Amino acid sequence: MANTADDERGTLSRRELLKRVGLVGAAAASASAQALIPAAAMARPAEASPSAQAGALGREALETLTAAEADTLEAMVARVIPTDDNGPGATEARAAHYIDRALSGALASSLEAYRSGLSAVDNYARASKGAPFARLSTQQQDAMLQDMENNVASGFAPDASTFFNLVRAHTIQGTFSDPYYGGNANFVGWDLIGYPGVRLAVTANDQRLDPKLIPTHKSAYDYAMFSRTRPARASLKRRDARWRLV
Amino acid sequence: MAIGLKKTDVVIVGLGAVGGVAALPLARAGLDVIGLEAGTWLTPADFAPDELRNNVRGWPQAAQKANHEVPTHRPNASAAYSPRPAIHPMMNAVGGTTLHYWAQSWRLNPWDFKVVSETSRRYGASRIPKGSTVEDWPFGLDELEPYYEEVENELGVSGKAGNLNGKIDPRGNIFEGSRKHEYPMPPLRGTGFTELMATTARKLGWHPFPGPAAINSRTYQNRAGCAYHGYCNRGGCHVSAKGSTAVTTIPKAQETKRLEVVTQAIVTTIEVDKDGRVSGVNYVKNGEEYFQPADVVLLASYVYENVRVLLLSKSKAYPNGLSNNHAQVGRHYFSHNTGASVTALFPRDLNNWYGLPAQGAAVDDWADDNFDHSGLDFIGGGNLWVYSDRRPISAANMSTFGQAPQWGSAWKAFVKKNADRWNTAYLQKTTLPYEDNYLDLDPSVRDPLGFPVCRITAEFNDNENKIAAFVQDKMVEWFMTAGAVATEKGPIGTMGPTTHAYGGTRMGNNPDTNVVDRWGFSHEVPNLGILGASVMGTSGAHNPTLTAQALAWRTAEYLARNWKTIGK
Repeated sequence: MANTADDERGTLSRRELLKRVGLVGAAAASASAQALIPAAAMARPAEASPSAQAGALGREALETLTAAEADTLEAMVARVIPTDDNGPGATEARAAHYIDRALSGALASSLEAYRSGLSAVDNYARASKGAPFARLSTQQQDAMLQDMENNVASGFAPDASTFFNLVRAHTIQGTFSDPYYGGNANFVGWDLIGYPGVRLAVTANDQRLDPKLIPTHKSAYDYAMFSRTRPARASLKRRDARWRLV
Repeated sequence: MAIGLKKTDVVIVGLGAVGGVAALPLARAGLDVIGLEAGTWLTPADFAPDELRNNVRGWPQAAQKANHEVPTHRPNASAAYSPRPAIHPMMNAVGGTTLHYWAQSWRLNPWDFKVVSETSRRYGASRIPKGSTVEDWPFGLDELEPYYEEVENELGVSGKAGNLNGKIDPRGNIFEGSRKHEYPMPPLRGTGFTELMATTARKLGWHPFPGPAAINSRTYQNRAGCAYHGYCNRGGCHVSAKGSTAVTTIPKAQETKRLEVVTQAIVTTIEVDKDGRVSGVNYVKNGEEYFQPADVVLLASYVYENVRVLLLSKSKAYPNGLSNNHAQVGRHYFSHNTGASVTALFPRDLNNWYGLPAQGAAVDDWADDNFDHSGLDFIGGGNLWVYSDRRPISAANMSTFGQAPQWGSAWKAFVKKNADRWNTAYLQKTTLPYEDNYLDLDPSVRDPLGFPVCRITAEFNDNENKIAAFVQDKMVEWFMTAGAVATEKGPIGTMGPTTHAYGGTRMGNNPDTNVVDRWGFSHEVPNLGILGASVMGTSGAHNPTLTAQALAWRTAEYLARNWKTIGK
C-alpha cells in the first residue's frame, strides 16, 4: 500500500499522476454493488484439477484446493464443530466447501496460508502420529488440533496457532453464514444455535422473550428484492486488472 | 491541465451525514450547489440481509476510495505504529455512512458545551485533566436547539422528550436540555429484553428511556416504518426507514433543481486565489482531473479526510496547509471512548435475533455531570445502552466466559445453549482533547494517487481510563441485577481509526486555538466552511452525528443568510 517513491504532489510528473488517477478512477467506476470485491480476491483464478474432483466422491466439485488438501481440511472442520449428540456439525454444513469456494474469491488472500498450512498439518501428523491427518483417529486429531491451538505444533509458517485460528474462523463462517456462499447447508448451522432465520419484517410479537418462531430457512437471496444484487460468492468469471492498484 | 468547469455558488466536498444536510438549506435559499461525492448511489436492493458480506467482509467499504486512505495510528510520537486496519471505518456513497450507521441521533447534553466553566464552577479549575486542551464551546445548547429540531424533522427522528420546555417527563431522558417540541415520531418499540433491562434500571433507582434514532417508528414523509429485521447495522435499510441523507435531505435538495450531485468524484485539493480566498476544488473522476470553481467551499468529508485535504492544500498564502497559519489543523483530535464494553451471560434466551442497535434502553444517570463528582477523581461519565441486535456468525463467535473451550463438542454444546443468552452493552464515555493527541500526514504511507494518508497520534489518558472503569462497574451492576450469571469487561482499545472521531478543525472564538469560528467558517479563509465532527471540541457521552448535522445546517443557513458578504 505504501508508496514512498515520490515526496509531494508537486514532485509527481503529470504522466505519473494521470497514470495513478486512471487507476483510481477506474476503480471507483466499478464500485457498484456487484463489483465490490477486494483487490486481493482477484489475485488468482479458480483452479481445480479433474483428478482432484474425481477423487472426492460425495463432495462438491473442488474449486480451489486439491483433493488431498480438501481431505485434510474436511477432517479439520469436522473436529472444530463435530457431528455429535448435539446434531450436525461443520461436515453437514459443508463448511469445507464454503472455504474451498471462497479461497478463489473473497478469501483468496488466505490461499497461500491454506496451501502451506494444510501441508504442514499433514507433515506434522505424519511425523508425530505416523499418518496424514485425515487418517488419524478423532482422538489423535483432537490432540493435534490442541497442539496447534496451543502453538506447540511445529512446521507452520508463521506458526500453528495462526493457521488454527484461521481455519476455526472460516469454519464458523462456513457453518453460520448465509447458505448462498456454499456452507450452512440445509441451514444446519442456524438451526444449531436457534437462529429463526432471515425475515424482511419482524413484528413486536417476534421480539418478545418467548416468541416461538418457526425458522424461515431462507437465504437473503431467496427474497426477490435481493436476487438481482447477489454479490460474487466464489470464483470470479473475469480478472480485472483495474483493481490491482498497488 | 485539469478540465475547467463552470463556476457555481457553493461546492460541497462529500455528500454524507453533514454535506448531505447542508445542501438542503442552501438549495432552498436559491443557491446553486454542486455536491462532490467519492462514492455512488446505492439502492434498497443493495442492502441485503447478509451478515457475511456486510459485517464480516466489510461491504461496502471493502473496495472504496476511503479504503485506500485508512489512517495510520500510533499511541504517541515515540511509540510503534498500531496494525493498520484493512477497512476504513466509514464508507463512500451518496449519503455516506448514514446509509448503514446505527442512526442513534442524540442531542448533546447542556454540560457538554461548557465542560471547562461548569467543572470549574462546581469543583474548581484544578479538576480539568492535566494536558487537556478542552475549551467551552462558543455557545451553549440553547443556541443549537433550533438546528437540532430542524434536522430531527428533516431526517425523521424517533424518540421521547424528557424535558419539554423545562417540564421533566420520566418517559424520556430527564437529564437532557430543554426541547421546544416533542420528537417528530414516537420512539422505536421496546423488546422483551430491553423492557426487562428498563424495569431493572428503575428498580435500581435509575432513569431508563428509549434512545432517539433517525429511524422511522412509523411511516414518515412517505418513507416506511422500521421493519426491525436485524441487518441494518452495516447492512443498510431495505425499506428506507433509516433517515440517511440519501433518502431525506439530498433528494429534497435535488427537488429544488439547485443541487447537482457528482458521484465518483475524488477531491484532492482546494485551490486558493491571490487574495487567500478559496476559489474551488480539484477532483478526479474516471481518470480525468477537473477543477470546479466556486464562490464558497464547504468541506464536508470525514474528520480524517477533512484534515488531510486541508494539509495537502498548500499555497503561498497557506504554506503549511489551508487555514493552518495558526498551526491548529489536526490539533484537538480525539476518538470517542466507546471501548471498555461489558458483556453479560444470562440463564435464559433473550431473543435478540432481530431488531437494531438503535432499539434499546438507555441510562444517562452516570453520564456527563449528571452525578456528583466531588469524591471522584475524574470528570464526565458515560451513557449506558443495551439493545437488540444479533446475527448468527457473531452469535457463534460469542465469548465462552471461561466455561468452555474454543472448539470441539464442548464448545458446540456451549454455543448451542448460549448463542441467544448474551448481550454486550454499548458504553459511550466523555473523551477530552489533549496536547499530545493530534492528526497530521503520514510520512511514508500514501494512497494510490501518491498523497500521504492521515496519521493519528493519540492515546486515552487517565480521565478516560477512570471513566471507563467507573461506567463498566455500573453496567455490571445493571446486568447482574437483571439476572445475568456472568459478565466480562472489554478493553478500552486504542484511539485509532473510528466512526466516532472528533476535532482537527475545532470550532471556537479564539483563532489561536481553533480553526473555524462560531459559525463553522475558517478564521483565516472567509469563504471556506468546514462541516462535521472535526469542528466539535467535546464528545459528550452520546453519538456525534446529530450534533454534526445540526452544526452543518447552522453553518449552511448562516451562509445563505450572509451570502452577500461571504459569497461576494
